[in-house]
Amino acid sequence: MRALDLNYMLGLVPVILGYVPLTIGMALAAMAGALVLASLMAVERVVRVPVLDLFVKLFISFFRGTPLLVQLFLFYYGLPQILPVLAGINGVTAAIIGLTLHFSAYMAESIRAAILGVDRSQWEAAKSVGMTQTQSMRRIILPQAARVAAPTLANYFIDMIKSTSLAFTLGVTEMMGATQKEAAGSFLYFEAFLVVAVLYWVIVEMLSLLQKRLELRLNKALAR
Amino acid sequence: MISILGLTKRYGTNTVLDAIDLEIAAGERVAVIGPSGTGKSTLLHCLNYLDRPDSGVIRIGDLTVDAATARPADILALRRRTAFVFQNYALFANKTARENITEALITVQRKPRDEADLRADAILREIGLSDKAEAYPAALSGGQQQRIGIGRAMALDASLMLFDEPTSSLDPQWVGEVLDLMRRVAERRQTMVIVTHEMQFAREIADRVIFMDGGRIVEQGPPAQLFDAPRDKRTESFLRRVR
Repeated sequence: MRALDLNYMLGLVPVILGYVPLTIGMALAAMAGALVLASLMAVERVVRVPVLDLFVKLFISFFRGTPLLVQLFLFYYGLPQILPVLAGINGVTAAIIGLTLHFSAYMAESIRAAILGVDRSQWEAAKSVGMTQTQSMRRIILPQAARVAAPTLANYFIDMIKSTSLAFTLGVTEMMGATQKEAAGSFLYFEAFLVVAVLYWVIVEMLSLLQKRLELRLNKALAR
Repeated sequence: MISILGLTKRYGTNTVLDAIDLEIAAGERVAVIGPSGTGKSTLLHCLNYLDRPDSGVIRIGDLTVDAATARPADILALRRRTAFVFQNYALFANKTARENITEALITVQRKPRDEADLRADAILREIGLSDKAEAYPAALSGGQQQRIGIGRAMALDASLMLFDEPTSSLDPQWVGEVLDLMRRVAERRQTMVIVTHEMQFAREIADRVIFMDGGRIVEQGPPAQLFDAPRDKRTESFLRRVR
């Protein structure tokens, strides 16, 4: 066994850190998109709009039932061949859209479960004061469901950060892509991938701390 | 003036409300009593369309809602003329005490926030919970929650207030404060229908008491007559059991 090249590793840290904004940026963009899409699908799954319900179920089933990597390849390398409109799409955009679709399918199920978990009497109370179904959902049910779903959704965000590393397979130079290039030049694969692994780890731990604070805030209404 | 014609509700083959006819004058306070599972709560839920009746007509002032033809807009209009106090309080868990009262004023009645807040503060004073304005329901006792529940209903200025066993979920120590508040609401000649097991309370504040059994109105009359000289055997035996 040879000794680790610590100087190389230390020098690599700032290089990879330079790509953290792109990694976080992709994850944030995909998370925002996935939250909106997932909430819409979750509400639809609870209300059950005829015909649309079938499409939503199919969507969720497909994106949960196939690997993210396959979805990304299908989307980036495959789709432009039959839909020329997509030919100009860049890797970052493709990765964000792919992550959005993939994670929205999972998140829709968590949000749906959280909505169904809200006590029936909350619906009745909202109806009894004359609120419409939309008002009840937006003002009373969804905020309570959000509190229940928050820990799970935060976990998906953490998962999302890690999954952005797959964007390097679409030619995107993010944290993983940059590391790969560096390693290919130095042949110090172990050092390079160890550094990127630790950096992902640190990011995730920092997010976990944030997650705990968010949950405390959301639990305010339940505090005695 | 409120009239109910042929109100019927079935669950499967079980007829829970069997063609109820009922007229309630403006300002009248009606108490509904009877054994458990005889449709008292269902009657109230149907009056608010929280349960949709299978047939029957509800008329409140110039609004007529027929179960055969009722569209969502009719149901909303009916709910905006009625207020409901729940057995389990059913306060909005994600809203403070004050927000529970202002919520419908802002989202349903489209009142400006400051006007709604003023109204809520007046109501909070009236129900003696000004100091709990910012508290969330989970931090309140059962009695306090139910008083907010009544306050939320009061804020709606509804033609008809419906009380569904408002003290049945309460620990005995909180029953008194809730009944006191209801007494004060009744003193204003607010039209109300109260489903209750508190016989003494019903006798004291009701203009009319209705005894229900098997999804029907068996007997009704002024409290003194119904409690002291019931005409029907079922009323008599029920009253004997609860005394």
